[in-house]
Amino acid sequence: MADFIIDDTVDITDVVCPTTFVKAKVALEELDEGQILSIKMNDGEPVQNVPRSIKEEGHKILKLIDNEDGTYDLIVEKVGDE
Amino acid sequence: MAFTNEQLERYSRHIILKEVGAKGQKKLLNAKVLIIGAGGLGAPVAMYLAAAGIGTIGIADADEVDLSNLQRQIIHATKDVGKPKVQSAKETMEAMNPDVKVVTYHTFVTSENIMDLIKDYDFIIDGTDNFPAKFLINDACVMAKKPFSHAGIIRFQGQLMTYVPGEGPCYRCVFKNPPPKDAVPTCKQAGVIGAMGGVIGSLQAMEAIKYILGKGQLLTGYLLTYDALKMEFRKVKLPSDTHNCAVCGDHPTITELIDYEQAECDGVHL
Repeated sequence: MADFIIDDTVDITDVVCPTTFVKAKVALEELDEGQILSIKMNDGEPVQNVPRSIKEEGHKILKLIDNEDGTYDLIVEKVGDE
Repeated sequence: MAFTNEQLERYSRHIILKEVGAKGQKKLLNAKVLIIGAGGLGAPVAMYLAAAGIGTIGIADADEVDLSNLQRQIIHATKDVGKPKVQSAKETMEAMNPDVKVVTYHTFVTSENIMDLIKDYDFIIDGTDNFPAKFLINDACVMAKKPFSHAGIIRFQGQLMTYVPGEGPCYRCVFKNPPPKDAVPTCKQAGVIGAMGGVIGSLQAMEAIKYILGKGQLLTGYLLTYDALKMEFRKVKLPSDTHNCAVCGDHPTITELIDYEQAECDGVHL
């Protein structure tokens, strides 16, 4: 965890596709370029699709951490100022 | 203002769009649009704007719902016959989306009240069915520096154009003056295919949404015409010289609003 500082976190385990990505996208929009967001998501469909969608938006995936409780933390660096 | 999970889900198809996003959806939720006429055009405009989450929608119309309206005015239902159109429209919009605040004006729009009606709104929709109202809305919007969408429908034909202050011609630049009374048939006399309001009204809603988002190109400087029988759209470029216009030109001769006389049979909103 020492290689990045988390600026904000968002929990998307309480919504389902496609709102998972939407909630993550909204949280990213609130950040400035270069800031880092940690996104907590469920195993399965979210972890398969959300990282890919975020990558398609141009953001940088830094790490995917397995919390070993059926959830993951996806660490994303915001790219661009949209 | 943070979105609730319910709002994220409701507007997910908007927020996913690069051109909208959370910022754009917030703009829509903070926007105020006034729809003049709750008829064939106003109905789909009101419904799409309510669904889109336009935060404040004003709707002005003096009429009550008539059975003959229902073939095209899809915001009203059979149970609404006899009810003020603005009330029926409000009920439908509120049922569609609780995020929307609907303000009703159960009145004809005249030179006396129009400046007051439009002053608090970001964008105006002309959903009226008669030339006096169309010229009145144009002149008032020019004078108050408000953007608006003009549209008209009759039989199998429709047209629209968008006016934004300083960005091209107004309705009067193009059409000068209303035609003589009774020279042109109204919808009541001529008929109109119901889906025409849906086609043209949806385009008006799209223009309002694009204006609020600040994305894409608006239909300023152009008149779009639609002929359903020929299945033909034409985007006609309008003269860009507005200097000599009687209302938006350099030396306007029209400096006060005019209530033109309506044809005898007018009074049913498209």
